[in-house]
Amino acid sequence: MNKIFEVPMYPYAHHADQDAISPVRRKPVVIGAGPIGLAAGIELAQDGVEVVILDENDKVSFGSRAICFAKRPLEILDRLGCGQPMVDKGVLWNKGKVFFDDRQVYDFNLQPEEGHQRPAFINLQQYYFEEYLVNRVRALQEQGAPIEIRGRNKVSAIGTHPDHVTLEIDTPEGSYNLEADWLVACDGAGSPTRRMLGLDFVGRVFEDNFLIADVVMEADFPTERWFWFDPPFNKGQSALLHKQPDGVWRIDLQLGWDIDKEREKRPENVIPRLKAMLGDDVEFELEWVSIYTFQCRRMEKFRHGRVLFAGDAAHQVSPFGARGANSGVQDTDNLCWKLKLVIEGSAPESLLDSYDTERVQGAEENILNSSRSTDFITPKSEMSRLLRDAVLDLSEQHEFARPLVNSGRLSVPCTYDGSPLNSADALQDGPGRTRPGSSCPDAPLGDDYLLPKLGSRFILLTIDAEAPDVIEEAGITVERLALSIKDDRTLALKDRYLGDNASGVYLIRPDQHVAARRPTYDDNQFRAAIRRAVGKE
Amino acid sequence: MSKTLTPDALVLAPNINGADDFYADLLTAHEGRDKADSDAFNARLVLVLANHIGDRAVLKQALPAAALNKNETP
Repeated sequence: MNKIFEVPMYPYAHHADQDAISPVRRKPVVIGAGPIGLAAGIELAQDGVEVVILDENDKVSFGSRAICFAKRPLEILDRLGCGQPMVDKGVLWNKGKVFFDDRQVYDFNLQPEEGHQRPAFINLQQYYFEEYLVNRVRALQEQGAPIEIRGRNKVSAIGTHPDHVTLEIDTPEGSYNLEADWLVACDGAGSPTRRMLGLDFVGRVFEDNFLIADVVMEADFPTERWFWFDPPFNKGQSALLHKQPDGVWRIDLQLGWDIDKEREKRPENVIPRLKAMLGDDVEFELEWVSIYTFQCRRMEKFRHGRVLFAGDAAHQVSPFGARGANSGVQDTDNLCWKLKLVIEGSAPESLLDSYDTERVQGAEENILNSSRSTDFITPKSEMSRLLRDAVLDLSEQHEFARPLVNSGRLSVPCTYDGSPLNSADALQDGPGRTRPGSSCPDAPLGDDYLLPKLGSRFILLTIDAEAPDVIEEAGITVERLALSIKDDRTLALKDRYLGDNASGVYLIRPDQHVAARRPTYDDNQFRAAIRRAVGKE
Repeated sequence: MSKTLTPDALVLAPNINGADDFYADLLTAHEGRDKADSDAFNARLVLVLANHIGDRAVLKQALPAAALNKNETP
């Protein structure tokens, strides 16, 4: 079987930069063509910034790896021009079951809030996710966008300077040097960039191993997430069953700490475990098997001069709650518009420090949530196990205990409360979910939706309020999007953006986070808010 | 004796009607259980009562009270 993850997607090709007598200077260079590096490259290229992506490999992710993509990243991908193929291919689900010991304790239906174009999350193999991003890069190239992926270009040395970075790059034809004004390191949890620069990566190690098996089976299991605590087929441990596209099922079995990884990975040891779980009569084929351990940790700072870290290179979490790739895409979403403004000279370099402030806050939230899930799934003491089991036993009969069951909390975007880019909230009693720092919640507008209209530029959103159609301030152009609560008969727009106010004016950043809001337009206040949002106030 | 309390203050003054009866009920509930079973029962009881209280501020004050930690401010 010729699987997508075994096909070279961006094979090595000789580049003129390799023949230059003195190193060629590039603008931003991205290291890593995984989900985060590709997202960064696409966003920069769409904004007209010339970008080079380097990767030591030439293929998409080996195996399914990240499989759960949440609404906010899907909305970001829409802006990057590749949300639709992901949603079309992905598996939509909102039902699940929780099992404890030998019985089902409850089932649930997450029933996502209405009035959003994108679902709460989809399941999609990482290799498809990356394939669609690479397809998008190719489409951009055909339109003449300044983006390239250099496969089998391995960075072997990095030199940092006040105004640029030097790179030594190994290729199948030998090594060459390159210079970059900016370096965006998206080279994963084991980030060679981080190691070469001798930077910290501290946090908490969880002494546990998990076996992931992707199996292809024609089973009539429903499209639900099933999670087992302490099941008979994996005593004292946990298990997960989750559906992916193409009849592939993700099975996750907790194995404990003292195991022989190589032995456990062998099919003759994996298959009996799966049969014990699925039943002897279920036919299946193993697509991919892996054993992983995990840590919750982050770099102290994500910006080091001209080097910016994003995704797993900057922070690592346990997989429960799907916060790895999902948060990485939010990193580049935060970073790229700032980097573009700095590169074109519209904002001071210090704007990039807000990337550090805001995304460290996001990483802390993710680490907190995923550590809590891990502590529930794998209790670390006799008493934590007793309390955990008490919650599960109660959840069978009493609804109140169900919110305490924690097998992973849905990844939601971080609200950048306290960010230096925010202006004080001036919409009295406005909805909390759209306070400055929040990512804009979607809302239906007849047959259309709000978020696609925001796009990836500064927007002045007016709802039943007057304002100029365009504001030019400090080198930034802000376009007005004029709406009325009458545009949305479901009243989601009113509930999410006005509350009891008759009108509202929002300054929205290119990453669709709220920078400022007031009941009406005030020229001085909004001009100050624009300057503040680009680090000039 | 009654004391004016703000709504989110933990009640540490006597507050159970028929304190002796409650205590007897508690002992009865543990009768015939072995240690592990009793521990599990207590854990479930804590969770049931905590949910009834609901108020995080009150629950937070209950922790140092149970820890017998006089120096810890709630």
